Amino acid sequence: MSKDTMQILHAKDMGKESSRSRVMGILVQALTYAFLLLMALIVLFPFYWMIISSLKTLDEYRLNTPTFWPRVIMFSNYLEAFTAAKLGRLFINTMYVGLVSTLLSLVITVLSAFAFARLEFKGKNALFAALLATMMIPGELFTITNYQTVTTFGWINTYTVLIVPFLVSIFYIYLLRQNFLQIPNELYLAAKVDGTSDLKYLWKVMVPLALPTLISITILKMMGAWNSYIWPRLVANDEAHRLITNGLRNAFTTTSGDVNYPVQMAAVALVSAPLFLVFIFLRKYIMSGVSRSGIKG
Amino acid sequence: MVDNKQQWKAWLYLSPCIILLLVFTVWPIINTVRMALLENYSGLKAAGGQVFNFGIGNFTKVIKYRRFVSCLKNTVLLCVWTVPISTILALLIAVALNSIKPLQKALQTIFFLPYVTNSIAIGMVFAAMFNIVGSFYGTENEIVETAGIINNVIEFFGGTHINWINYGSSYTANMVVMVVYIVWNALPFKILVLLGGLQSINKQYYDAAKVDGTSRKRIFSRITVPLLSPMLAYVIITGFIGGFKEYTSIVGIFGETMGPANDAGRLNTMVGFIYDALSTNNQGRASAAALILFGIILVVTLINLQVSKKRVHY
Repeated sequence: MSKDTMQILHAKDMGKESSRSRVMGILVQALTYAFLLLMALIVLFPFYWMIISSLKTLDEYRLNTPTFWPRVIMFSNYLEAFTAAKLGRLFINTMYVGLVSTLLSLVITVLSAFAFARLEFKGKNALFAALLATMMIPGELFTITNYQTVTTFGWINTYTVLIVPFLVSIFYIYLLRQNFLQIPNELYLAAKVDGTSDLKYLWKVMVPLALPTLISITILKMMGAWNSYIWPRLVANDEAHRLITNGLRNAFTTTSGDVNYPVQMAAVALVSAPLFLVFIFLRKYIMSGVSRSGIKG
Repeated sequence: MVDNKQQWKAWLYLSPCIILLLVFTVWPIINTVRMALLENYSGLKAAGGQVFNFGIGNFTKVIKYRRFVSCLKNTVLLCVWTVPISTILALLIAVALNSIKPLQKALQTIFFLPYVTNSIAIGMVFAAMFNIVGSFYGTENEIVETAGIINNVIEFFGGTHINWINYGSSYTANMVVMVVYIVWNALPFKILVLLGGLQSINKQYYDAAKVDGTSRKRIFSRITVPLLSPMLAYVIITGFIGGFKEYTSIVGIFGETMGPANDAGRLNTMVGFIYDALSTNNQGRASAAALILFGIILVVTLINLQVSKKRVHY
């Protein structure tokens, strides 16, 4: 066999190989999409089921063979859910607690992060390390004593008890400090030369530069108020101060057996809706905040 | 450059943070240890002037307590099932997402959706999906109005409906429901972190593998997984920590009875145990349980870190 034919044969072989691997590639792609779409369907299904169930009549919900689209659309379920669970009051309470605690928390976080990032003081590193170490401790350990403390303070069934104990978040201080550290020190020194006060510098330079982090913190904090359950149930379970999650669970205590599911699902959809709206408009901030935290809310 | 003015200013800025931490973080740490070491400590009795002996009675009592053992078992089981399942699923989804171009952003958003939910609220949706509307479950007089969508699907494929969460349901069935819900809930965070990790892997490794004609399987096990190992270690550690603090997802599905109607408290967890002890004014016992929980989390985290020291390529 001559050298030329060898080469031609070799090239043929390579061609066969690459066309086979191209077919394989397309097959793998198709399988990848099939897998992802299937998983996406599974992930989305509970939301779909929540919405269509919330629009069914009770009789239709109880049909032996389920329907996948309501025959009669019952928007009245939403009205019933809103009044049955007294959602109006719960919404206002939760928004109030969320907004006030976010604002105060931001002030404390910004001041502390600034001190740790820019100012020099004795024991700075030791203090910061000690703060980080407390992040390891599960919150339940604090709750036992905090419950006694707030009882002594006479804070049970007030808004204060829902706001004050959670104002400091070491994680947010850490996050913001890292962000502040990236801002060059020269800016601070230049501002000092110009006679700018610390607070003014903080407000005019550092806060705007760290805005994305601050927005992430705000959203996560608001979501935290919306989703908190254990502490509010423990310390503020009266009608006037009850928060949304707690109120939802209280209004529909039975989950199994013969339940009026359409109304219950309507209530669940109403409680979930604000979270979805926030997600749609501020997805970027939520995802960047979450990927660094590993905590829910 | 440490001048006195800056010192003074720093402490001023830190003061709100420090005052709050002293009251709501430092004091609780000290007080929890104190209460745990005072035998049978109860806040109510202490207010009445009772004096408590010093000792480790709370710990020995809690460990011997049958309810505590069942809570511990539930918590460990949930961790052992949900962490590997959710990690592997999240890894597969993240790798798949990373390998496609069209629809990537849309799918990524869909997979993140369960994160922005309220665990109690969506727990109620899962309960509805698994619940059988009817009465006299498991008896010959059983009446089934609607078996619930999950059972409908099982029946569609020729199976018989299963009593998942109703009166008389089995422990295994309850656990399956919890595992499904917790995995569903845990996926978004893990996918987000792992996909972020995948996207930061240098493309040159894959190009080099392609030149060498390395198989897909080998690329996955020899390039992707090792380079992703720090993120994997991270999601596994946070997964275990979250798993040991599981509580609200169970309240979402079973309500505050923490179990099916005939066996309240069957699915209670460590955190649930602590709150039960707290609400019955057994602060000593609650503190001991909280310290045990802290100890477990610490040990699991240290083991994880030790394993990752050997396996993780930073």
